[in-house]
Amino acid sequence: MAADKAGSAVSVRGVSMAFTTGAPVLADVSFEVREGEFFCIVGPSGCGKTTLLRLLAGLLKPTGGDIDFYGAPIAGPGRDRAIVFQDYSKALLPWRTVAGNISLSLEACNVPEEERAGRINALLAKMNLQRAAKQYPSALSGGMQQRVQIARCLAQQPKLLLMDEPFGALDAMTRQTLQDEVARLAVEQKTTVVFITHDLEEAIYLGDRVIALGTNPGRIVEMVEVGIPRPRNQLLTREDSRFLAHRHHLFGLLQGH
Amino acid sequence: MRRFLRGSTIPVLLVALWEVLSRTGILPMDTTSRPSLVVVAGYEGMADGSILIATWQTIEAAMFGFLMATVIGVLCGVVLGLSRKLEAIVGPSVDALRPIPAVALIPLSLLLFGFGLNLEAAVVAFACVWPVLLVTIAAVHGIEPRLLELARVLEMPFATRMRKIILPAALGRITVGLRVAVSISLVVAVTVEIVLNPRGLGYSMMMAQQTLKPELMYAQLLWLGALGWALNAALQKAVSCWPGMNELGGQS
Repeated sequence: MAADKAGSAVSVRGVSMAFTTGAPVLADVSFEVREGEFFCIVGPSGCGKTTLLRLLAGLLKPTGGDIDFYGAPIAGPGRDRAIVFQDYSKALLPWRTVAGNISLSLEACNVPEEERAGRINALLAKMNLQRAAKQYPSALSGGMQQRVQIARCLAQQPKLLLMDEPFGALDAMTRQTLQDEVARLAVEQKTTVVFITHDLEEAIYLGDRVIALGTNPGRIVEMVEVGIPRPRNQLLTREDSRFLAHRHHLFGLLQGH
Repeated sequence: MRRFLRGSTIPVLLVALWEVLSRTGILPMDTTSRPSLVVVAGYEGMADGSILIATWQTIEAAMFGFLMATVIGVLCGVVLGLSRKLEAIVGPSVDALRPIPAVALIPLSLLLFGFGLNLEAAVVAFACVWPVLLVTIAAVHGIEPRLLELARVLEMPFATRMRKIILPAALGRITVGLRVAVSISLVVAVTVEIVLNPRGLGYSMMMAQQTLKPELMYAQLLWLGALGWALNAALQKAVSCWPGMNELGGQS
């Protein structure tokens, strides 16, 4: 697809990836993520979607092809790209409080000390974490820990927010609440989001566009424009004829792989 | 309190038995002395300051060696823990040096430093550095890879990464090595003093033994036991004061 009117944030061209041991993980993957877009990548386990996200983060280098971020090739990890890991309990500093964990990003971004408290409080409020500010992560539920991780990522004011199955380990109720919060935040902050999930409905519910990956090796099998207006609703959107049509279409494709 | 009383039943009985056997002449005075005399000798040694000076000399050497071992062991351990390549190069040399008994280095250390503090501290440091080094390497290997990735994403410079991520994350496990090293430091310091270094508690125990004052030797022996216990307790206390340590202990 050609560059869009909104401008391209991420451009992935012919990317392939193979680790030294074993078969290629990704083969000839190409797509563009528009600025401000909520871009979902869905696929079964083993399709290389986490590898793809790590390539975008700069934690890995592709063995073939190019990845550009705002026109410049990605050379390594950077503060302009935040990553929300799936295993939230391992991604938080256990020896820092919730506020301290958020502060870590601000410290790394060289935010002066007198500004930090205000920014931390704003983020705590945004993620409904005010009452947990002085608690340690080990005392929090999974949903709360994931909120802390998202707050820490927002603290670095990224141009691109990468989310690796962030709600995969949460219960259904918490997942729905966090889905709506992340969707709202993405609109408010005008952040570009690349969101990875194995949950097809989650991808359609959240995404402006969804790409489906197949396995062996990981490759794009379909891309759909969701085209359902925002704000979306957990009940009504999931009953929308367009939602169901996408679900049927992609479900069949993913089953085939 | 009741548990303490119950626990001290056997030691109290043994000491009483010792005293009785000694007074009835069953135990020879020149080797086993007598508890009442030991208490008196200990009191006199404390009062004239000789035990305290010797204690300071032993502690000074043990701590000096322990600190050197800690600094060297933690620094090298972190570097080796972070770089598998470097570990592959240095590892075999470490494995070759480690089995050398530290006390076998006493003659070499005497040659290098002469009698005194440095001789003793060097041998202590050699003995203590291995547990610290090995435990630190393992601790760094055990850090959650997510945290190291986080440090990369936040583009932390090496010193910051060290201070804010690596050391706090590894600290819980490093402490295990430090506690082992503290006990070793005291053992080795006293050994060096007994073998040849004319200072500290080890040397004064030898002197007491050779000048036929077994009661003083026993007094110093008991004092040394209390000292080892106190050192370990002090380190544990210092570690528990580290902020957030309890949360850390919970997960590692």
